[in-house]
Amino acid sequence: MIKLEARPQPSRWMSLASPLMALAITVLIGVFLFVILGKDPWRGLQVFFIEPVKNLYQISELSVKATPLILIALGLAVCYRSNVWNIGAEGQFVAGALCAGWVAMQAGPDTAWLGRGIVFFVLIGGVLGGMVWAAIVALLRDRFNANEILVSLMLVYVAELLLSYLVYGPWKDPKGYNFPQTITFLADTRIPRLVPTLRAHIGVLIAAVAVAGFWLFLFRSYRGFALQVGGLAPAAARYAGFSSRQALWTALLISGGMAGLAGGLEAAGPLGQLSPYVPAGYGFAAIIVAYVGRLHPVGIIFSGFLMSLFYIGGELAQSRLGLPKSLTGVFQGLLLFTLLACDTLIHYRVRWQRAAAPSNVTKAA
Amino acid sequence: MSRLELTGISKQYPAVRANDLVSLRVEPGQIHAVLGENGAGKSTMMKIIYGAVQPDEGQIRWNGEAVKITSPAHARKLGISMVYQHFSLFDTLTAAENVWLGLDKSMTLPEVAKRIVEVASSYGLDVDAQRPVHTLSVGERQRVEIVRALLTKPQLLILDEPTSVLTPQAVDKLFVTLRQLSDGGCSILYISHKLDEIRALCHHCTVLRGGKVTGEVDPAKESNASLSRLMIGAEPPPLRHESRTPGATVLAVQQLSLAKQEPFGMDLHGINLEVRAGEIVGMAGVSGNGQQELMAALSGEDPRAAPACIRMDGKDMAQASPVARRAMGLHFVPEERLGRGAVPTLSLAQNTLLTRTETVGRLGWIHTGQVQRLAEGLIARFNVKAGGADAAAKSLSGGNLQKFIVGREIAAKPKLLIVSQPTWGVDVGAAAQIRGELLKLRDGGCALLVVSEELDELFEVSDRLVVIAKGRVSPSVPTAEATVAQIGEWMSGLWPETPEATQEATAGVATKVAS
Repeated sequence: MIKLEARPQPSRWMSLASPLMALAITVLIGVFLFVILGKDPWRGLQVFFIEPVKNLYQISELSVKATPLILIALGLAVCYRSNVWNIGAEGQFVAGALCAGWVAMQAGPDTAWLGRGIVFFVLIGGVLGGMVWAAIVALLRDRFNANEILVSLMLVYVAELLLSYLVYGPWKDPKGYNFPQTITFLADTRIPRLVPTLRAHIGVLIAAVAVAGFWLFLFRSYRGFALQVGGLAPAAARYAGFSSRQALWTALLISGGMAGLAGGLEAAGPLGQLSPYVPAGYGFAAIIVAYVGRLHPVGIIFSGFLMSLFYIGGELAQSRLGLPKSLTGVFQGLLLFTLLACDTLIHYRVRWQRAAAPSNVTKAA
Repeated sequence: MSRLELTGISKQYPAVRANDLVSLRVEPGQIHAVLGENGAGKSTMMKIIYGAVQPDEGQIRWNGEAVKITSPAHARKLGISMVYQHFSLFDTLTAAENVWLGLDKSMTLPEVAKRIVEVASSYGLDVDAQRPVHTLSVGERQRVEIVRALLTKPQLLILDEPTSVLTPQAVDKLFVTLRQLSDGGCSILYISHKLDEIRALCHHCTVLRGGKVTGEVDPAKESNASLSRLMIGAEPPPLRHESRTPGATVLAVQQLSLAKQEPFGMDLHGINLEVRAGEIVGMAGVSGNGQQELMAALSGEDPRAAPACIRMDGKDMAQASPVARRAMGLHFVPEERLGRGAVPTLSLAQNTLLTRTETVGRLGWIHTGQVQRLAEGLIARFNVKAGGADAAAKSLSGGNLQKFIVGREIAAKPKLLIVSQPTWGVDVGAAAQIRGELLKLRDGGCALLVVSEELDELFEVSDRLVVIAKGRVSPSVPTAEATVAQIGEWMSGLWPETPEATQEATAGVATKVAS
């Protein structure tokens, strides 16, 4: 008989091993899935895990997906560590893309003196857009005690509808053959690429700096410490005098700003214009990235790349194996699901136990 | 034939051997004390007897027959009932409904109510079956629990620290009931660490220390000192309490009234209180009489007090934040250690940052080296047994964590220290050390307010005593002039409104009007 037994202390080793175990189980189930679908499982795994890192082009594509995931997940990690449940990063991403896009569309001969410097303002626009969208959540929570999970989630749909309205209406490119999209942003406003021939852009560098910044904020700053105490033990935070309102606003503005930054990078980077295809699910996938990365900036780098592997793998599976692209979602979901299951082993250990001998049964009963 | 006999019972938990070859023998009609410090293994033993925990080895005989008690339901069927230390009653239901919930559904609610009245009156227990539990006092709630236990006509009744929430008068009443039960042939297992009570009530006493039986004695023939030697292996050193003339008023509370924030909380009514430099004011009272609410108002966790009701060194701080109060020299030790006084999952070093910010640079960066050294200093100075500054707060025993938290606040050199339940759940050695540190702080000129449910402790450390009951605070009496009986009476809310107190109150109103 298998028995779960509480550990005296959570196992530190297990909290690192758990994501790896989760990945292994995900791969196993994946193999099983390929077999059921009548595909060679070896070939399937190759498409998912080898092809996306086979050459420089693919790695650059990987970074294009990983950058927004990592940026958003960093912000969410701060949120979740402070017990603020923002699940609407997708909406803040769209709001950021909208604002960054608006700034980009203001570019013209008047702003030519700024040169490439305008990119800075485009990104600031993105950050502010995401912050404003998250501030709505903070305000409603702070003022009316509205549940931030619901509000942030519903604001995703509001943001998407707002985007649709703008690209179908006022912002539609007059020379765009009536397609629902804005003008293509001017070359000066586009996010600079690392290498002209590859799509990887400076967002990778921004993400790298952000990882270091968030690590310092979480583990070396008093502000970050106060936020996390609020998440771990609210009564202790009250006792220490850390304001829960301040924590709410800080966490939401940071995560909103990061999602907005990712939205700005995406709009002015790979996309180059606004269209109904801006929301690609990064905001939701980043929730998984944050958790698989143990809400730790360094862990988020790994999980961010893993999740983008699934994105690219799904696309490749469609073109190479004729499998549906929604396999990406299946793998992402499997990973989160198995991770939650494996996390049990952080607090419990498995014991093999023989069933009690029948002779011990009560006599008096 | 014994009612209950345990032989060679052992139970191993992942981190600790809670019971190690424990034996126990309870005769019919015997009031049998189980004495031991927190962590001595008393609770585990009771849980084994009550079927909530299975022993790893050993034998249980019930009325001479070997049994394996598989669950609390099984225990109740055998005739074993238990009254827990923390009551398991639903606040919004009536007493009768609560009792009915715990029974098998063979009786209807009106029948149960009738049985409650019968049982209650035959044991002189005063219980109103139709009142919602939240309107009952703590003593009344305990009576409901006891009646619930008695309804099943037990042959063995287990009481876990039954007097920790009672006034001295209510304790006497409880003892009358217990003796009556014992005369009727019901055996009683009485778990406690209060030596006087055990000596007054019990026929026999089994002493546990570190999971092992260290003594089997007749408590009536023992002294407190000999019992405590058995319990902790040594006698705690006596405290030196020198009389001192207190200095200027540090904390002045005038006409503090505050509506409760939680449905089952307690409103505070016109509280007046003064604490001077170099004295310890002890606040007695049964828990749930407004201590929590008053502490939150004084610490700044609840900043809703009307302006000027709370002053420190003459400055209004009724609405100041905990941070601002700490900056003025007010430090506070809350009664919940894990989750309030310390974050369970964070290390001791990180936990210093809750109230100590001298290790934070001007730009808000934490100097981790200094934090580490601060924690190591506290561990060494206050003799905290821990796996170092990196040990998680929850890995410490209650007493050691309390030493760390009290030490953290004492080392901040406060002007006013407020301590809630300084030794609650703390072993005797650590308790003596903590009390000694509080006295040392007093001798250094700090003003202290100590809130405790343990009267012995308050009499030991305080210069003056006040009582909190039903959200009101009594006038103070010098400890030297107070008696346990008098304070016990005051704990039920009956104290004379002395002219001095009335004067103080009017003075408070006058200041309020003037300001």
